[in-house]
Parts: sequence; structure tokens; C-alpha cells
Amino acid sequence: MTATSETQTLNRDLSAWKQVLIVGLLFGGLALYVTLVGIVGTFEDLDIIEKVITLGQAILLLTAIGAGYVAAGRAPDGAINAILGSAIAGFMAGAALSLLILIGPVIDLRDFLPNASPQLYDLIAGIDILGIEDAKWKGQTFPVSFWFPAVVGIGLGALGGLLTLLPRHARVLIILGVGALVFMGLFAGILRSPMLQNGATADVARELFASNGLRIPGVVLILGIVIMVYLVHVLLRPAQRYRALPRKTQRHPAVVIPAGAFFLLVVLMLPLGFTGFIPSVIALIALFALMGLGLNITLGLAGLLDLGFVAFFAVGAYTVGLLTSTGEFGIAQWPFWLAIPFAILVAMAFGAFLGLPILGIRGDYLAIATLGFGEIIAILARSDLLKGVIGGPRGILDIPKPIEVPPGDPLSGPNQIYYISLVFIVIIAFVAYRLRESRLGRAWVAMREDEDVAEALGINLVQTKTLAYMLGAAFAGLGGAVFAALFGSIIASSININVSILVVTVIIIGGSGSIPGVVLGAVFIIGLPELFRESVAEYRFLLYGIALILVMRWRPEGLMPSKVGRQELHQEDLPMEGEGGAPPGESGAATPDAPAASTSGEA
Amino acid sequence: MALLEAHNATKRFGGLTAVNDLTFDLDEGAIVSVIGPNGAGKTTFFNCIAGFYRIDEGTITLDGDEIQDLRPDVIARLGLARTYQNIRLFGSMTALENVLVGEHQHLKSTWVHAVLRSPSVKEEERVATEEAHRLLAYVGLSGSHDLMARNLPYGDQRRLEIARALGTQPRVLLLDEPTAGMNPAETTDTTGLIRRLRDDLGITILLIEHEMRVVMDISERITVLDYGERIAEGSPAEIQRNARVIEAYLGKAHSEEVLSEYEPDDDAADQESAAAAVGAHAPDAEGALPEPVGAADVDTTPAPRDGLKERDRKPDTSDAKRDD
Amino acid sequence: MQTTLRPKRSPSRMETAFEVAVSVFLWVFRIVLVVIVVVGSFMTISSGKFSLETWVDLVVNGAVQGGIYALVALGYTMVYGIMRMINFAHGEIFMIGIFSGYFAAVILDDLGLLNGNLFTSIFSFALMLIIAATVSTLVALAVERVAYRPLRNSPRLVLFISAIGASFFLQYTVSGLVGPGIFRYPSIEILDEKIGLPILSALNLSWLDVVVIGSALAMMAALYMFVMRSKIGTAIRAVSEDKQTAALMGIDVNRAIVTTFAVGAAMAGAAGVLYGLVWGQVQFFTGFIPGIKAFTAAVLGGIGNIPGAMVGGFVLGEAESVGALLIIDGLGVPSPSQLKDVIAFTILVAVLMFRPQGILGERLSRSRA
Repeated sequence: MTATSETQTLNRDLSAWKQVLIVGLLFGGLALYVTLVGIVGTFEDLDIIEKVITLGQAILLLTAIGAGYVAAGRAPDGAINAILGSAIAGFMAGAALSLLILIGPVIDLRDFLPNASPQLYDLIAGIDILGIEDAKWKGQTFPVSFWFPAVVGIGLGALGGLLTLLPRHARVLIILGVGALVFMGLFAGILRSPMLQNGATADVARELFASNGLRIPGVVLILGIVIMVYLVHVLLRPAQRYRALPRKTQRHPAVVIPAGAFFLLVVLMLPLGFTGFIPSVIALIALFALMGLGLNITLGLAGLLDLGFVAFFAVGAYTVGLLTSTGEFGIAQWPFWLAIPFAILVAMAFGAFLGLPILGIRGDYLAIATLGFGEIIAILARSDLLKGVIGGPRGILDIPKPIEVPPGDPLSGPNQIYYISLVFIVIIAFVAYRLRESRLGRAWVAMREDEDVAEALGINLVQTKTLAYMLGAAFAGLGGAVFAALFGSIIASSININVSILVVTVIIIGGSGSIPGVVLGAVFIIGLPELFRESVAEYRFLLYGIALILVMRWRPEGLMPSKVGRQELHQEDLPMEGEGGAPPGESGAATPDAPAASTSGEA
Repeated sequence: MALLEAHNATKRFGGLTAVNDLTFDLDEGAIVSVIGPNGAGKTTFFNCIAGFYRIDEGTITLDGDEIQDLRPDVIARLGLARTYQNIRLFGSMTALENVLVGEHQHLKSTWVHAVLRSPSVKEEERVATEEAHRLLAYVGLSGSHDLMARNLPYGDQRRLEIARALGTQPRVLLLDEPTAGMNPAETTDTTGLIRRLRDDLGITILLIEHEMRVVMDISERITVLDYGERIAEGSPAEIQRNARVIEAYLGKAHSEEVLSEYEPDDDAADQESAAAAVGAHAPDAEGALPEPVGAADVDTTPAPRDGLKERDRKPDTSDAKRDD
Repeated sequence: MQTTLRPKRSPSRMETAFEVAVSVFLWVFRIVLVVIVVVGSFMTISSGKFSLETWVDLVVNGAVQGGIYALVALGYTMVYGIMRMINFAHGEIFMIGIFSGYFAAVILDDLGLLNGNLFTSIFSFALMLIIAATVSTLVALAVERVAYRPLRNSPRLVLFISAIGASFFLQYTVSGLVGPGIFRYPSIEILDEKIGLPILSALNLSWLDVVVIGSALAMMAALYMFVMRSKIGTAIRAVSEDKQTAALMGIDVNRAIVTTFAVGAAMAGAAGVLYGLVWGQVQFFTGFIPGIKAFTAAVLGGIGNIPGAMVGGFVLGEAESVGALLIIDGLGVPSPSQLKDVIAFTILVAVLMFRPQGILGERLSRSRA
């Protein structure tokens, strides 16, 4: 007995250590990845804490700490094993970089991987920190301290492992604190600028924030806030108490009205507090929220994956361009308000025209077909064929803003577009809300869940889908129209598939089917990258890609889904098999676009 | 003229003839069962009637109009509704909403009205909701109207499917194994409900059933299918004694055995035991007897078939058997 | 509640009008397409604007492009057959093959092997193919493991979005690693020479053209043999037919799926090398549009059908190459080659609308993957 259980334990331990090694390898790969893709190098410019640590460095550190954290969970039981395992994993993560520094200068990798520069190697090798000189060898500079990442990795890994040993509250607090610091560090510059304008807050701003990162007092403040909020959350549990209240109290006017008023105030005053490029970002967020709500009707409610959204966007934009431009392609010089309904109608017509043929196609194929349409429109937009009418690659210029205001007026520039977008957002949200509760909305949900059954209940699929598609097209056209007004021009290169994918991403990550979710998605997907300056913005799509994969894996219903979305997609909530002996999998699976469950093989 | 008729209906899937030259009629106000061993083509036949499959030959008529070329939603609007072998409710909608979807074709307001919330829409929705409540109460689900359909217990889900079908105000109701998976008490409730559907509401019922007791109890006439063909048709008593039927279910050797045990007799008790014998031997879902592996009788109510336009679903490029 | 016997009903007038409108519209669409093709072709041919030589060149080019499309289409069709999903990231796998081939070519060129003599050139070419196929396969397997496998039982939409995410991830990873610029393929000089053999010289073929078409056909034949004859190939076909039953028969479903991805990726990787040699340049987003076109080819031929991918690829290649000049120029469109991509997308939409099972489709046919 003892012999077998000993071998069992031995086997278990061996496989645990094997896992630790695998974690180390994976994180080593991750470290190499973030380095060679250029994330570390580019993010070097972003300070988190002024003169102390940058985002680039933080990413490297977090990679090693993360290696330790994960490895500790895989190592055999026991604190010593955990620390040992985490140190090993951290070492491996760092060693990968050490290898890079050793091999890099020998085989000049720069032909293939332009990021693999001596500057990068110096950075990783901590040359600045150690204050030493590079060595020279055969004409290449060569950081002597190649061992630096590996050694530091040991310590950081152990730190990560240590983290797993802490009691839960301490651990959560540390993670939250670090996260808050990173987040606020990136935002520091942005928060600073409006505060500098106002005399009272200017001094505070200078103390807390540098132009690019936090100052020490700022760090202290942020940590203090995090600790306080956490204590309140843990001790007083406000969120739980709120949820435990009966619905009536939750919705009580005394609570709702002040909250709503505050929210409204923030939304209305938002762009006025900022200068520089921020107001355009805010306007862009609003614009994408608007389009997201439009696509939300097609995708979120009716479940039609439309990847050709940009086609209707283009139609709306070019229509407004043609009708209002004072430049060479403008044909009418109408005022904006007259052009808008026209643009919407034209977009809807295109929606019907393009939708009717393809709406019988199902699922993924519909997505690709709509993608095809989007591409066709994009190609036509820049083609010579239509150049005479819509300007080819140069596009239509001189599109006036909707409302004429003198410069310096708060309504000039992007703010005007922001407020106009807000109005449209309210309108679309209202329309979506009414539709959802209507006969049509029910038909859409039914169709999305089980198209064949919906049809057997008398729902005309083509008609119902076309309506969804047309409404989505209408709002896409509206978005295009506002876009044209925002930038004063519409050029063919703005018409590309990335726009469609962006809007889809906004909805998916924000929470499809849900109005607040879409707005949240727009803030995250559009707003955040814009705020982090151009250099970071290069990696936007990379991060979008990763975000999509992660969200689909862990939270496919999105960050703030609608009730229906959560029901359909959140796997945990699915109940156990029905009582009375229903064979497993036989109740109609409530999943969009999935084939009806197990209709094969059951007699 | 019967309410629902099929004449020489044939449906083929590649090399397999699932429904073979089937002629059948259903009189208005009747309750008729379709039975047969697994793979006999019963559910496929339902799918043909309801418009999911286009038959290759023959005609199907509803109240004199040919419906074999019509789309399912048109057929539904003509007054034909169905339930499914594997329950197919809209799981993420409440019970009430499921029934409201059933009423879709009878609500006339457009989306524009809905956005504007005109008085006509409000009134229409109010009436529809009341009706939905009434239908739920009729099937015995009034307390559950607010519950998510997928959270309902199994028996309630079956009843909800019926309530939803009632929302379409059907003239003919096709029930596909309505008592599958139910215990005896639930089965009795369901048969009672089916009778009431005909007696109170005048709905003509066509049902597929494996549970012989139900079949014998409730049916006025029974049609027996095997390998896609109609092999017998008649009253329950006639079917019980029909040698060919017994042979279809039990195979030749066993059928002789059973027939020899039970003499054709008017005695009710004997009839019952004959039914019991057939019922006891009739393969149900876990049939103890070897059966022809009948792909055709699988619930091939089509799942969204990839890349196929609806209209092209009817030419048989379906992969109904191979749905994930 | 309701009265006992229900009144008879018939479809409302308005709906029938809508139906009629839809049918009319679809017919008009068909007719317009046919008219465009016929009129355009007629105008071009009757104007005699292009010489026979030009047409021959176009046909050859079309075959070359078609071969490449066919190879990439195989990956789409096989993955679709076994998992019922459109591998949106497959175009990026193709792109990674192009880049791998590029780097291999650069190294081989530096070593003097690329254009040394006939044997080293052939050796280099083969090595490039192998390297590209290997790298593509490894990446595809990683993507399958990370982005697809955990979602096997999720709704189709979720899987598709994950694939979109993977596609972006790969594109911008490559962009980050090697930079967003244009990379020019070193050329293998002997391949660029025209064939001097008696009959073939009339076709103005270069060795490269022959090699591309030949390797495409060879690889497809090999794949066909593999799928029909080998044990794992049969396993793949079984899982494609009916996953559950195959599992019950003891087939390792995971292994079949992984093999499918691997084989499809290898084809796409090799196709990438061919593409690089033919087109001469590559950027990080170069895989995207050809990926969609290859998907079109797969659908055109009949999704899930290996010979179909081949047929679809060549038909699409020819349609694009010849069609641009034949049809579009004939209609008087300026710069017709700009609209070349429109041909592919129009074919895609038309196939999905009118004959979704494709040319060879009947997905129950015997020779599917």
C-alpha cells in the first residue's frame, strides 16, 4: 500500500513540476513575444510613475510575476514548493530574454525583426539601471549584463508565488492597487490637462500628476483610495445590499433621480472640460456608440452577423457629402438637417436592396456575404469608375458643420458633433427599446433562437430579417452622415472593413443586445486606444484581436449584456436537465445560430 | 373532402426513400394517431406536411388547397401548427412570451406603430397578452407565465409548446410524441388536454405516439407506417389485431407468437391485453428489440443548414442526419 | 374561448405582393448579371482590342492564380467539413506562409543557394516550401488549441468571432514583429525563364507558371489520396460526416481535427511561397483578401468537397483574370483591374444566393473530405 501511494505521490509531483516547467516556457514565450512585437519598446515612452517605472518595464515585470503566480498554482503542495516553482518559472521567463540578448547581437536579427535593436537589448538587460557600459564585440554592441533578466526573473517569479500564499484579501488588494496605479498612470496626462486650466485645481494637478505618469503624491493618493474603497466594499458591502433591496426601493425616485441627474450632468459637460484632441475622441466615441446601437438592432436583436456595415456607412456619408458639400462634388448645398433624412432613406434602400438577396443565407455564410458587399462598396468608392461623381481616393471635401457657429464657441468643432450624436443616440436607443418589446422584437428573438420553429409559427423570415437589416443600415447611414460632418470630408480610405469590424467588436465586447453595454463597448474599444497616443494605438488591433478571443472564451455575452444575452450565452446558468427523464440535450438549445440541439440520432 | 389529405406523397433523401407513396387523410374534428416502428418515417411525414421538406412526388392539401409547395410560415397562417419531438421552445423567453410569439400572425401592427406606441398597438398588445394568459391557463400553466421557458420542468415545457401552438389559432395540430418522457400521471393529464383541444376548441389532432396506451385510448383512427409506407389504417381495435402491424413491430417470428396468444375477440379485456402485448413489445425510445436503424424517423426537423438558402432547403441537399 | 370550427384562411394580399416583389427582384438580379457578362464580353471581343497573345497570357495567369486559390481553399473546405466552421484566420495562415518563405528565401539568397545553379535552386525552392508549410502548420495548430478548441461546443457565432479575433491577432503580430512595410521576394531566376520547348513556347509560359500549377495539382492529388486511402484520412471523413458516431466507433476526434488543421495549413503555407514568387511582394495584411477569395473558391466548388475546392479555385482564378478584361473593360469601365476583386465577391454572393451547394456540391456526395 505504502509503495503504491508513494509512487502515486511521486508521479503526481513529477507531473506538477512538469507543469511548472511548461508554465515557465509559455511565459518565456510571452516575454519574447511582447519584446519582439515591439510592445515593450513602444510602451517605454509611457510613464506610469514618473521617473520610476514605465509601462514597457511594467509589462516585463508583470510577465515574470505572472509566470510565478501561475506556476505556484501548478506546483506540488506546500509553500516551499510553491515559491520554488514560481522562482523557476520566473527564471525561465527571464532566461528567454537573456537568450535573446546573447544570440541577438551575434545573428543580427534586425533583418527579420526590426525591433530587435541594441536599444532593446540594453533595456532588457537593465543597462541603465545597473549603470554599466555595453561591451563591444565584432562591431556589435553587446550588453554585458545578459544575465539580468534571468536573475531578476527569479526574484519576480518568487514574488508572484508569494502572492498566491497571501490571504485572499491581501492578494486582491495588491492586485487592485497595482491595476489602479497602471490605469491611473496612463490616464494621468489626460486628467491633468483640464485640471490645469482651473486655477484651484492646477496646483493639485501638478502635485499629483506629471505630464506623463503619476508623481509620488499621486501614487499615495491612488493607493489610499483603492484601500478605502476596498474596505468599504468588504465591510459595508454596498453593492450586495443594493441588490438585496426589493425592486421598488432600488428604483425609488430618491435614489434614481439624483443618480440620473449626476450622470446626465457628466455626460453633458464632458467635452467642455478638455482641450486638445480629447473632444474629438469623445465625439468619436459617441459616433461609434451611435453606430453600435444601430448594428445592435441587426446583430443584437435579430442575430444577423453583418460584417458589411461599412457599406451603409459609406452610403450615408457620401449622400451627405454630395448633398451638402460646397466643394466640387457637392450637387445641392443643402443644409445638414435636410440631408440627414435623405441619407437615412438612401441607406435603408441600399439595405433592402443588398439584403433581400442574401438574407436567406444562414449564419457564417451571411457574415461572409455581407463582408463581400462591404468590400465591393469600398472598392467602388475608390474606383476610377465613380471618380467623377464621388471623388475617387480624394473623396468629397468641404462638408460644412451642421450648425454655423463662430470659432471659440463651445459648440464649434467636435463638440457640436458630440451633442448631435447624443441626440441621435437617445433617438436610436428609444427606437431600439420600443422595438424590443414589440411584436417585431419578439419575432427577432424567436428567429434568432430557432429560425425554423419561428417560421413554423407564421413568421415570415425574409421580411423580418430584411427589416432588421434595413434598420441597421439606416443607423449605419446616420453614423456615416455624422462622420462626414465631424471630419468635414469623406475620403475613400475611410471606407474599409476595419470600420465594420470595429463596430462589431464594440457590440460584442460591450454586450450585445444591451444599450448600456454598447456604450461601454464604444468607450473601451474606441476611446481607450485613442487616449493612449499614436504609438500605443499601433497595437490597437492586436489588442482587439486578443480581447475578442478572451471575451469569447470567458464571457461571450459581453461585459454588460442584456438579460436575454446573458440567458443565451452564459453557460453557467443553464439549468440541469429537465425532470421527468428528458433525454439530455433534447430541449431546444437556446443559442443563437446553433443548430437545434441533437436533432440527429434521437428516436 | 378531408381537412388534411396526402396523395402519393414521396420524399427521398439521396438513396433513402423516407416517405413512400403515402396516401392519407384526416377528417375535420378527428383525433388520429400515426404509429410505426422507429425509422418508419413518421416525423419526416410531419415535416413534409408542415412545409420543412418539399415532397418529391404527390400532393398534400389543407382544406382543398395544395400546400406541398408552400413555405412553413404560409402553411402556419393557413391554420396548421405543430409541436416537436425534441421540445423546441424559445428557452430564453418567458412562457408568456413564447405564447405571444405564437400569436404573431394575428397581430397586425407594424414596427412603426410599435415605435410610436400608438393606442392601437397598446390595445392589440393588451388583448394578445390576455389571450396568452388564457392559453397558459388552459394548459394549466398560469402560475408560470413569468418563468424562463428553459427553467420549466419537463412536463410543463411540453404543455407550453402546446399553448404556443394554440396561439396560432390552428385548425389542425400536429403533435409529435407529446407524452415522451412523462410519467403516468402526466400522461393522463396530457391525453385529457388533447381531448379537450378537440372537444372545446374544435381542433383536428394528428399525433405521433409510441406510448400504446395513449394511442389506443385517445385515437379514433390509427395509421401505421413502416419504411415510409402505410401498412395499415383503422380503428384501434382493428389495428391491434392486424397481423402486418404486429409483424412490423415484432418481426415475423414474434408476431406469430403474440397472435397465437390472443384470439380476435370483442371482449374489451382481451382487446386491452392485446394492446398491452403490442404495447409491451412495441419498441419505445430504449426499445429492447432490434430495429431497423431508421434514419428517416429521426427528428429531422431541420436545424439551420449551413449556407443553404431556405428555398433551397427543399431540394434535398439537406444534411438533416448530420446536424451537430 | 374560440368557436369550434375555424374559418378558412388564405395568405393576405400584401404578403403575396411582397413575395412577388422579392422573386421579381431576384430574377432581375440574375438577368442583370447575365447581361453584364454577355454584353461586356461581346463588346470586348468584337472590338478586337486585345490580341490572342494577351488572352493566352490571361488564361495562364488565371490558372496560376487559380492554383494558389485552390490550395488555400482546401484548408477552408476541410476545416468546414470537419468542424462546420469558417476558419476566418486561414488567410493569415496563408500570409504567414508567404512570410516564412520570404525569410527562408532571403537567407538562402545570402548563402548563394537561391540562384546558384539548377540543383541548389530546386533545393532552395523545396526547402522554402517545407519551411513555410511547417511554420504555417505550427501557427494553425496553436490557433486551434487556443482560440477554437475551448469553444467547440459554443454557438457558431461565438466561434466565428473568436476566429475574427485570431485573424486580427495574427495580422498585427506579424506587423509588430517584422514591420508594416512591403517586403519584396527575391526571385529564383531560373524559374522566371520562359519555356523554350516547341509547343509550349507558344503559350509564353515561364517555368514558374508551370511549377505553380504543377505543384498545386500535385499537392491536391496527394491530399486526395491521403483523405481517401489513409487511415487518418478516413477518420477525418468519418468525423466530418457524423462526429458523435465516429467517436463511438473509437475514432480520436481531436486527432482528426488537429490533423485536418495541420494539412490545410501546410497547403496554405506552401501556397504562400508560390504566391510570393508569383506576386513578388507581401505585407502583413496580404493574406486577408486572398483568404476571402479562396473561401469564395471553396464555396464555388462546393464547401466540404476536396475536388470542389480545386475546381472552384481554378474557375475563380480564370474568372478574375480573364473576366476583368473580358467583361469589365468591355463595358467601358476605366481602369478595369481596380474592380477585379468585385468579380470575386460578386461570384461569392451569386453562388450563395443561387446555388449554395456549389458546382460539385451535394454535400452527401461520396468524394467529400
